Amino acid sequence: MPERRKVVIVGSGPAGLTAALYTGRAMLNPLVIEGEPSSTSDQPGGQLMLTTDVENYPGFVDGIMGPELMGIMRAQAVRFDAELRTAKVSRVDLTPWPFHVWVGDPDAAEPTVLADTLIVATGARSLMLGVPNEDRLLGYGVSTCATCDGFFFRDQPIAVVGGGDSALEEAIFLARFGSKVTIIHRRDELRASKIMRGRAMANDKIEFKWNSVVTDIVGDTKVSGLRLRDTVTGEESDFPTAALFVAIGHEPNSSLFKGQLELEANGYVRTFDGTTRTSVDGVFACGDVQDDYYRQAITSAGSGCMAAIDAERWLEMRGE
Amino acid sequence: MSDNIETLTDATFDEQVKSSDVPVLVDFWAEWCGPCKMISPVLEEIAEEQAGKIRIGKLNIDDNLDVTRRYEVLSIPTLILFKDGEVAARLIGAKPKGALLEEISAYL
Repeated sequence: MPERRKVVIVGSGPAGLTAALYTGRAMLNPLVIEGEPSSTSDQPGGQLMLTTDVENYPGFVDGIMGPELMGIMRAQAVRFDAELRTAKVSRVDLTPWPFHVWVGDPDAAEPTVLADTLIVATGARSLMLGVPNEDRLLGYGVSTCATCDGFFFRDQPIAVVGGGDSALEEAIFLARFGSKVTIIHRRDELRASKIMRGRAMANDKIEFKWNSVVTDIVGDTKVSGLRLRDTVTGEESDFPTAALFVAIGHEPNSSLFKGQLELEANGYVRTFDGTTRTSVDGVFACGDVQDDYYRQAITSAGSGCMAAIDAERWLEMRGE
Repeated sequence: MSDNIETLTDATFDEQVKSSDVPVLVDFWAEWCGPCKMISPVLEEIAEEQAGKIRIGKLNIDDNLDVTRRYEVLSIPTLILFKDGEVAARLIGAKPKGALLEEISAYL
């Protein structure tokens, strides 16, 4: 018989770990299936594992490093008996109750865990450009992790593609290393917040290449340049650079739930009435997998707390 | 760090890696790299389970730029497997244990 748990949480970013903290303190002994090591945001700890200074998480006057913050959240959840399993959910079946959750072989006859309530906190991951040589040169000048790879491009030209807060944050961080950092953006204005725009504009090492899209990445054994297309004139040009950091946005990690939970047109999990309830009774969603608007560590943590309370009350109502 | 993982440096790299009788998996890492920290426990497990068949060494790129440059590491974590002193395989990015074992098993 597979083990049965009152609360199973999928994902271990700020949303998942806050849900674990709250359900742990409520003596529900939550199981967190936290994901597996990877170099993308799809990993235990989530997107903050790839960031440096987090300056806007309340409680840390001088800011805190992303991985350190996640380490603290994890320890706090464990303190209240949350059980963390470093594994990936391979399949769920939300038709029967308790819900069926598989880890490992998705074709196994028996699920790995039975869940009375399921909290979906699988987050979002970085979008890639999808241009021809991107995969081949990933790790050889193409990167999605400025904090991991910026070091290698000291005194060399660096390009960042994107126009949001994460693109500017990466560019400002990379300006510590590169001879210059060029932000390549498809429009002629940024969607980033005012404070980040101000900081990027004020940085001597940061330049902008407006109305430009990357159509290919050039390089034999490592990146030597980009092919750009001007979105206004359609003209193509070569742009020399030693590195390309991709920060063009995110997509939700919701494919596990496709066909089982109602999703928005853009793939985000739909929640109802300002709660974390989903289209399946007993399944709750929190964090970036259901939020395409705020997407902050603190809003993720907040919605993780909501999911925990929603799950706890749901169990109470059922007399569980 | 566990007893099963060796610390490599620019000064000792050739001696420890190039003349090894068994394959050596070298982990290029740094203190400030989140994904590097995540694969540390995985590497410790592999070192223990595959003792005698493989040696695992960690090279801190901040302190050991010569070796890092020699192998043109441009992303961390990068794992390079040396067999008979030559590069046999190169893995970029953190990966789950199963995927790591799969990639190196052919050389053990």
